[in-house]
Amino acid sequence: MPKIIIDDIEYEVEAGNNLLEACLGLKLDLPYFCWHPAMGSIGACRQCAVVQYLNDEDTRGRIVMGCMTPVSEGARFSLGGEKASEFRATVIEALMLNHPHDCPVCAEGGECHLQDMTVMSGHRDRTYRGKKNTHRNQYLGPLIHHEMNRCISCYRCTRFYRDYAGGDDLAAMAAHDHVYFGRHEAGVLESEFSGNLVEVCPTGVFTDETLVKDYTRKWDLQSAPSVCTGCAVGCNTMPGERYGRLKRIHNRFNVEVNGYFLCDRGRFGGAFVNSEKRLKFSGLRDTDGRFNAINRDVALETSVAWLAQSRVAGIGSPRASVEANYLLRKLVGEDNFSNGMNDDEAMLVAEISQLMLSGRSPPPSLKKMETADAVLILGEDVTNTAPRLALSLRQAVTHNMAAELGETLGLQDWQDAAIRNLAQNQRKPLYAIAVKDTRLDDIAISTSAMAPDDIARLGFAVAHFIDDSLPPVDKLSDRYSNLAQQIAKDLQQAAAPLVVSGTGSQHVGICQAAALITRALQQTNTGVMLSFCVPECNSLGQALLTGGEGQDLAELTVRAIAGEIDTLIVLENDLFRRAGSGQITQLLASVSKLIVLDCVDTETTSMASLVIPVSSFAETESTYVSSEGRAQRSYPVFEPADDVLADWQWLLALSRKLGKAELALIEHFDDIVDACASEVGALSGIKDAAPGADYRLRGMKIPRQTHRYSGRTAMHAGVQIHEPKQTQDIETPLAYSMEGLNGNEVGALLPYVWAPGWNSNQSLHKFQHGVGGALKGGTAGSRLIIGDGNTLTAESIPGPFHASVGEFLLVPLQRIFGSDELSMLAPAIAELADSPAVFLHPDDAIVMGVHQGDGVVIMVDGKEYHFELGIDDSLAQGCAGFVCGFQDTNNLRPGDSVCLAKAQNWQHKKPQVISTDGGSRHV
Amino acid sequence: MEKVLTRNIGADKPPTDIAAYEENGGYAGLRKALAEYSPEDCLKLVQDSNLRGRGGAGFPTGMKWSFVPMGDKATPGHKYLIANADEMEPGTFKDRLLLEYDPHQLIEGMILASYTIQADIAYIFLRCEYHVAAERLEQAIADCYAKGYLGDNILGSGYNLELLLHSSAGRYICGEETALISSLEGKRANPRAKPPFPQVSGLWGRPTIVNNVETLCNIPHIIERGVEWYQSLGVGEDAGTKLFGVSGQVNNPGCWELPMGTPIREILEHHAGGMREGYKLKGFLPGGGSTDFLTQDHLDLAMDYNVIGKAGSRMGTGTMIILDDKTCAVAMVKNLIDFFAQESCGFCTPCRDGLPWSSQVLGDILAGRGRQEDMHTLSRQVNFIGAMGNTHCALAPGAMEPLSSAMKYFPEDFRRHIDGESCPMCDGGQSDA
Repeated sequence: MPKIIIDDIEYEVEAGNNLLEACLGLKLDLPYFCWHPAMGSIGACRQCAVVQYLNDEDTRGRIVMGCMTPVSEGARFSLGGEKASEFRATVIEALMLNHPHDCPVCAEGGECHLQDMTVMSGHRDRTYRGKKNTHRNQYLGPLIHHEMNRCISCYRCTRFYRDYAGGDDLAAMAAHDHVYFGRHEAGVLESEFSGNLVEVCPTGVFTDETLVKDYTRKWDLQSAPSVCTGCAVGCNTMPGERYGRLKRIHNRFNVEVNGYFLCDRGRFGGAFVNSEKRLKFSGLRDTDGRFNAINRDVALETSVAWLAQSRVAGIGSPRASVEANYLLRKLVGEDNFSNGMNDDEAMLVAEISQLMLSGRSPPPSLKKMETADAVLILGEDVTNTAPRLALSLRQAVTHNMAAELGETLGLQDWQDAAIRNLAQNQRKPLYAIAVKDTRLDDIAISTSAMAPDDIARLGFAVAHFIDDSLPPVDKLSDRYSNLAQQIAKDLQQAAAPLVVSGTGSQHVGICQAAALITRALQQTNTGVMLSFCVPECNSLGQALLTGGEGQDLAELTVRAIAGEIDTLIVLENDLFRRAGSGQITQLLASVSKLIVLDCVDTETTSMASLVIPVSSFAETESTYVSSEGRAQRSYPVFEPADDVLADWQWLLALSRKLGKAELALIEHFDDIVDACASEVGALSGIKDAAPGADYRLRGMKIPRQTHRYSGRTAMHAGVQIHEPKQTQDIETPLAYSMEGLNGNEVGALLPYVWAPGWNSNQSLHKFQHGVGGALKGGTAGSRLIIGDGNTLTAESIPGPFHASVGEFLLVPLQRIFGSDELSMLAPAIAELADSPAVFLHPDDAIVMGVHQGDGVVIMVDGKEYHFELGIDDSLAQGCAGFVCGFQDTNNLRPGDSVCLAKAQNWQHKKPQVISTDGGSRHV
Repeated sequence: MEKVLTRNIGADKPPTDIAAYEENGGYAGLRKALAEYSPEDCLKLVQDSNLRGRGGAGFPTGMKWSFVPMGDKATPGHKYLIANADEMEPGTFKDRLLLEYDPHQLIEGMILASYTIQADIAYIFLRCEYHVAAERLEQAIADCYAKGYLGDNILGSGYNLELLLHSSAGRYICGEETALISSLEGKRANPRAKPPFPQVSGLWGRPTIVNNVETLCNIPHIIERGVEWYQSLGVGEDAGTKLFGVSGQVNNPGCWELPMGTPIREILEHHAGGMREGYKLKGFLPGGGSTDFLTQDHLDLAMDYNVIGKAGSRMGTGTMIILDDKTCAVAMVKNLIDFFAQESCGFCTPCRDGLPWSSQVLGDILAGRGRQEDMHTLSRQVNFIGAMGNTHCALAPGAMEPLSSAMKYFPEDFRRHIDGESCPMCDGGQSDA
């Protein structure tokens, strides 16, 4: 490690770093704008200037940029000297020439990196007497608010949006001091990662539109460490609350998982917590069929009465926590418990968990996958099923190539512009094989759209070409045979090949083929990675909890129809999203009592005899198991309102009243974790996901509120002038208070980031090892799947798909905005989810005589369903793609062949505009 | 003196076509090189000739070329040679002469340079307003392909070269070699940080040499006639001849090919015919709009890179702009700063925001709204923007050169405005302020 001298003090620093990284890593305050720990250096803003001296005799030195200067043994710098300080103050003064004095009405105020850096640089007096430049702002959609006048032209937005995330509809335009960062014309930003602009922009140009409309300053937010429930990736988040409303979600750094970035479903989808559809009171259906609000005790007593003396079954949920599912399973008994997935999906996820458990190495983290040097995506539209993973795959094939080429010229990987210019369009190989085009096709060396059976066959063929002892695939066309050989060759030549697959195509053969490819590769390479995408935040947790055992929905339905179930209790699950309406209606109508616990009103709650309101993710403790097999703890951000209780609290209360002996000793959340961990071997690691409630940092709890949290005594004065006592949180190490210590607690407990002089999210580096490194308190989560098996078995290879005239193979399509249940209750997400429900290839549409926007009828089990038709020329021919999660598509079963006809009297329903940018709010 | 670069150019001569060029010995250098010299031989000749870049910086051309990876050190793929014909420096019009009147000389130089670094693709990056040059270059390139000077297996040597003309969309910053490369790639014309230098990672990430038009025009003569002859052309420290120009209130503004090291006085008084009647010399920018002012006291200096450098300015493009006694220095500097502020690419802060700030201060001073502290503000700006390294490229430091030197040599012009006295030049003179 080289030693460098800064202001006459010697420091040891990481070799290969730049000086800015080194200074921040040493916790020295050196202001900066354009550099970003995940995006490297370009040297645009000139803010991190220091003076470098040639040698000991040099007394004048020269200005260099910290971010562009590699550290080298014996190098001597001045950070605090007059020359450097004056230069940095002048940079701020220049940046401020055109920056409006609108901090009091700016949404960034209080967490503005520009404010922090201005104070840090010491610029105060203004000498500029000219006019400020002004710009026209753009409407950028429901997620991002644009206020271009505040721009300081650091280029971070376009570097993130274009270079890092692969978007192409945001750009730097015009020149000199009129550089404009926006779209070529006003319109909705197309990138699925646009929300990161909010955190990447160092000032208030790109702000969170949903926060702007329902505004609270950062210092007034109550925050807690949380885990995104939008998909199974398990990104770490920091939701912020005020007045009982979830105001916004920010990224919570986890070096292994999401790093610095979230997807837009995750960032904006959590707003469902404020939805009108939230349930606040228990409801008991009376004899007229209407719901009456009842209080908690009556709800409990009624439930107990229905559960105590009857034949009971329970349906859990992959969107509910490990703990709640565990309790429900205990309550109803293993044989009467369904994990709540659709039957095909349950089988797939069980298969995937088996493939993971029997794999040779643990499922790779996102960070690990960013090191891949060859990627095969088999049958998964990653951007729509595991969006944050798509961002990582993009880095793997672009950044790795650039860094590798840069190394040959002695360039460091933080020299972002230099290595990108060097690499240009050279990338590591990525093969995107799916039923249609994907959002990663732009970086793919080859893309193919084919029917799921053919995808699986291609996968098995790749496995065969890697290991010829594996069976060949018969009747493979030359084209696909060549493709399979090319893929096999690229994967074999790679040091860290990665195969990504999952439940997206709802095809077990694809998953098996993916596993087989990795097993074949593993015979000669220990660096092989296999990652499966699963649908929901706790899908894998459910598979591990039940071990593939228990009832599936079909079995339960048969039992219910046979009159074997009196009371059915459903946990946070809208069953109408899981199977055809006919089957679910039959199931629910066949039980005499239906108890539904959920946080929102659904079709299933509408069928219930008793509805019990439970907390959303933001109001409860939970553990979720991500697709990486990482158990992660999520904490309540705020207390639930009205009669809402956490799911586990309801279930625990029920089991106590029912006198369940095995649960008698359980009192607290931690007790459930302990019980579950000791009983379910596969989940034993959940205890290590986060510390128990007795954890203290230097004797103190971790505060959810910032020390500048204001108005605590006045917030509710309009209702009650007496200041209420702050709720004691006995379930977690966190406190509903400003008191306590937010320092370097265990990583899983970081509620917000702040450091003296660093009010923005850039303060994160004060909590990290070095800069960009793991949290000092450790990386959140514990990995449950070690993967120590090594079985290599050839599965049965499906035959090729043949399209037949008039019949279409149903294939599922996933949408980042639309396929997830809860995020669709966030108005901003719903606004983005406008799309037809069923798609055909244009040639198929011509044969059928249908056009874009027409209605089509699909007959399932004797019932007609109507859908709006879209045309997609990338879709495999002979397939009818349907968007999962859209109305009535639950009735379509992947893999079925269906007839399709043009609907008569179809009227295209115009989408309802839920929110628009009025432009009237000057925030 | 022997005319070298302009031997085919004269007020009485039509533009040189391929026949006229060949007739006057054209492509002899190329034939000689391809027949007798290896690329290493050519490089040695150019290195030994002491040819320095004519675009303004005066970097030794042979040394620049020597950084291109050759032979085993070169990774497989293209190498590029680019002629920088984006001549937009205020007061500079020398390349235009070479482009419009002797395009083949440039092309021959480019083929030779490409051969030396073993480039297989060459571009001419042409200023967008040079329509006439574009037409003549297109014709010349087509003629070269027809004659076998370009394309595959040039003159049976086995060497291949494609030559492409690219007309720029028109930004001054495209004359900066790395911004030129960005622009040629279809990106924003932002300069790139160095290292890596274009010689190893330039156009499309491949080894690239960017040379000024005039520099390249020297190559055929060096190759054909040798180092000793070439060095004998200069009368001062530097080798060869140079196109010098003079604009402003002189009797005979224009552009002449003269030996390197020709004294300024000779250029100004002999070739440019001295000041027009009624005008006196107050100062001059020796090498275009981004060089420091020099004054009467410097007239006897030789136009050599180092000599002018020692005097506190730069020889730049060798095209002088004259400041006469009826023009206000503040107004002239404001005009230049406005140009550079307008042409900033907007990438780095000191240039993007600093130059308009200087312009604002100068504007206030000119309009009589100046304050005493403005001179301090301007000095601060010169410190802030003016040093290489403070900014991302050389544009803004260049822009500060006329400002800082005007403050040094013509403080009275500033003072008069700030003190609210009437400026005889602005009030009744030539200024457009």
